[in-house]
Amino acid sequence: MFLALRELRFARWRFTLMGSVVALIAVLVVLLSGLSSGLVNDGVSGLQRLPVTAFAFDDGTKLDAAFSRSVVDREQLDQWRRQPGVRDATLFGNLLVNARSSRDVPIDLAMFGVEPGSFLSPPVAEGAALGRPDGIVVSRTALDAGLRVGDTVVIDRIGARFTVIGATADQRTYGHVDVAYVPLAAWQRLHQGAGPGEALRGSASAEATAVAIQADGDLDLAAGDAAAGTTSFDRIEAYGASPGYTAETSTLQLIQAFLYAISALVVGAFFTVWTINRRAELAVLRAMGAARSYLLRDGLVQALVVLGASIGAGIVVGVGLGGLIRGSAVPFAIEAPAVLTAGVLLVVLGLAGAAVAIVRIAAVDPLTALGAQR
Amino acid sequence: MNDRTGLTLSGVTVRLGDGDTMVTALDEVDLTVAPGELVAVVGPSGAGKSTLLAVSGALTVPDQGTATVDGHDLAGMTVRQRAAYRRDHIGFVFQSGNLIPALTALEQLRLVAELSPHRAGGRNPAELLADVGMTHRAGRRPHQLSGGERQRVGIARALMGRPKLLLVDEPTAALDRARSHEVVQLLARETKEAGVATVMVTHDHDVLEHCDRVTEMIDGRLSAG
Ligand SMILES: Nc1ncnc2c1ncn2[C@@H]1O[C@H](COP(=O)(O)OP(=O)(O)OP(=O)(O)O)[C@@H](O)[C@H]1O
Ligand SMILES: [Mg+2]
Repeated sequence: MFLALRELRFARWRFTLMGSVVALIAVLVVLLSGLSSGLVNDGVSGLQRLPVTAFAFDDGTKLDAAFSRSVVDREQLDQWRRQPGVRDATLFGNLLVNARSSRDVPIDLAMFGVEPGSFLSPPVAEGAALGRPDGIVVSRTALDAGLRVGDTVVIDRIGARFTVIGATADQRTYGHVDVAYVPLAAWQRLHQGAGPGEALRGSASAEATAVAIQADGDLDLAAGDAAAGTTSFDRIEAYGASPGYTAETSTLQLIQAFLYAISALVVGAFFTVWTINRRAELAVLRAMGAARSYLLRDGLVQALVVLGASIGAGIVVGVGLGGLIRGSAVPFAIEAPAVLTAGVLLVVLGLAGAAVAIVRIAAVDPLTALGAQR
Repeated sequence: MNDRTGLTLSGVTVRLGDGDTMVTALDEVDLTVAPGELVAVVGPSGAGKSTLLAVSGALTVPDQGTATVDGHDLAGMTVRQRAAYRRDHIGFVFQSGNLIPALTALEQLRLVAELSPHRAGGRNPAELLADVGMTHRAGRRPHQLSGGERQRVGIARALMGRPKLLLVDEPTAALDRARSHEVVQLLARETKEAGVATVMVTHDHDVLEHCDRVTEMIDGRLSAG
C-alpha cells in the first residue's frame, strides 16, 4: 500500500489516461446492458410476467414461429391436465393485431387470449379485472402510448370493438408490442377473423395457440408431449419465439463479450508496459529483500484502485446517459443487478489482466540490480 | 554460533552460464570482513567483483565453498529465507543509488521499514537522514537530487535495517572527485559507527585511502592489493 499509493500519485497522468479508457469502456458496457435489458423487456416481458412453467404447442411446431403458427385444442389441454406434476393448465392465445382507439390513437397490440379467472388472468393496477366479454386489460405501457381506461379500441380490418377496462401495474410487451389481455372466447373470434355478427366456425371455439402449463416440481415434458400430441418449450425457451428476440440478444451479447475482452487486454497491456518500466526498481526491491508476494499485492492494490475509480466513474456516467436515453423511443432499462454484474466483471477481468503482467515481472532476478545498469 | 563475526567466504567458487559459455566467475575465493571494517575490492571489468557481492549478499548460491554472515550459512537457505535474510541483515548500495522514483528521500528510508512485517529494530528515518547530511532534501524525489545526494540517500537506506553486512557496488561511478571522496568518507564513518562489515567494489583508486583494506580481483581470484 505504502508504495502503491505513492506511485499512483507520482504517475497520476499515466494512470488517469489508462483509467479514462477503462471508464469509457464501462460507459459503453452500461449503455449496452441498458439496451439489452430494454430489448429483453420489450421483447418478452409479456411472457416473463405469465406464471407459466412451459408452453405446449401443436406437434412439430418450430420455435421461431411457435406463437404465430401453432393451434391447439381442448383435447390436448385435457391430456396435459392429467399429466403427473401439472398443477394447472389453461389455453393461451396469442395474436398480433393493428388497432385504433376512440381517441384516434393507432396502436399495435399483442392480444393474449386467456380464460378470465384462470391463472393467466392478469392483476390490474387500474380499472377492472378481465371478465366482460368485450373488455380488454392492457399493459401499462399502452397508457404511455395514449390509450386510456374506458377507451374503445377497434381492430383493423376485422372491425371487432373492445373496451379498455383495466391496465396492469408493469410493462407487459411481446415482440416490441403492448400486450392486451382479452377473454379467450373473443380471442377465438379474432383468430378466425370473424367480424361483428359473423358466425364462428365450429371447431374454433375449442382452439388456442398453446397450452399454458403450471407445474409443481418435476414435470416430464416429453411424456406430456407424447400423450397430448404437442411440442413444448419451457418459459425461458419460449422467449426465443418472440419476433427478433434471439437475433437482438445474441448480437448485444457478442458486442458485450468483445468489450469485456478489450478491457481486460487494455488493462493487461497497460500494466505490462507500466511494470516493465519499473523492472529496475522491482529488482532493487527484490535485492532489498521484498517478498514476491509483497510486490504482487502492491501491484494489485494499484490496479484495484485504478479500476475501481474508473469503472465507478464510468458506471455513473453510463447511468446518467441512460436516463437521457430512457426518455426517447429507444428501449432502455437500467437494472441494478445487470449493471453491478457488468461492473464487477470489468474489475475482475482487469485485475486478471494486471495480475498476469505483474506476476511475470515480479519474478525479476534481483541480481540485475547489481553491476552494470540497464 | 559467534554473534558478530562479519562476513566469511571460504573456498567460494561460482560458475556462470552453461556448456560452452561457462565462466568461472569466482575461483576458490577466501575473504573475511570483520564488523566495523571497510574492505575495498578492485579489479578489471569482468573479474567477478559483482559476483562476489552477489554471493555475499545471498543473491547467488556458490557452487562450492561456504558464505556465512555472523555464522549463518547463506547457502543452506531457501529462496524465501534468503529474501528475508537480505531484508533483515544485509544492506545494498547500488551504482547510481537506484532509488525508487516515486518516493521522496525520507520515504526511501521508510519503505525499508514497510518491507519488514515486524518493523521493529530499524533506525529512525529522519535521524538517519540527518546523519548523512540530507535533512534539507528530505522531501525531494530522486530526479530532484544530484548524483552525490542520491548516493547518500542510498547509503542511508542500506543502513536503515541495522544490517550486519553492507555491500556497495561502484558507489562513485557517476560522481566527480570531490563527491566521490565525500561519499566514501561517509561510508567509512558509518561502517565504524554502526559496526557493520562493509565490502565496496570500486574502479576508483582515489578513494582507496578511506578503506581499511584493499583486495584485488583478477579472473575470479582474490589477492591482497
Ligand atoms: N548471467 C551470467 N551468465 C554467464 N556469465 C556471466 C553472467 N553474469 C556474469 N557473467 C560473467 O562472469 C564474469 C564475472 O562477472 P561480474 O559481473 O562479477 O564482473 P565484474 O567484476 O563485476 O565486472 P564489472 O567491473 O564490469 O562490473 C564475467 O566474465 C561475466 O561475463
Ligand atoms: Mg560489476
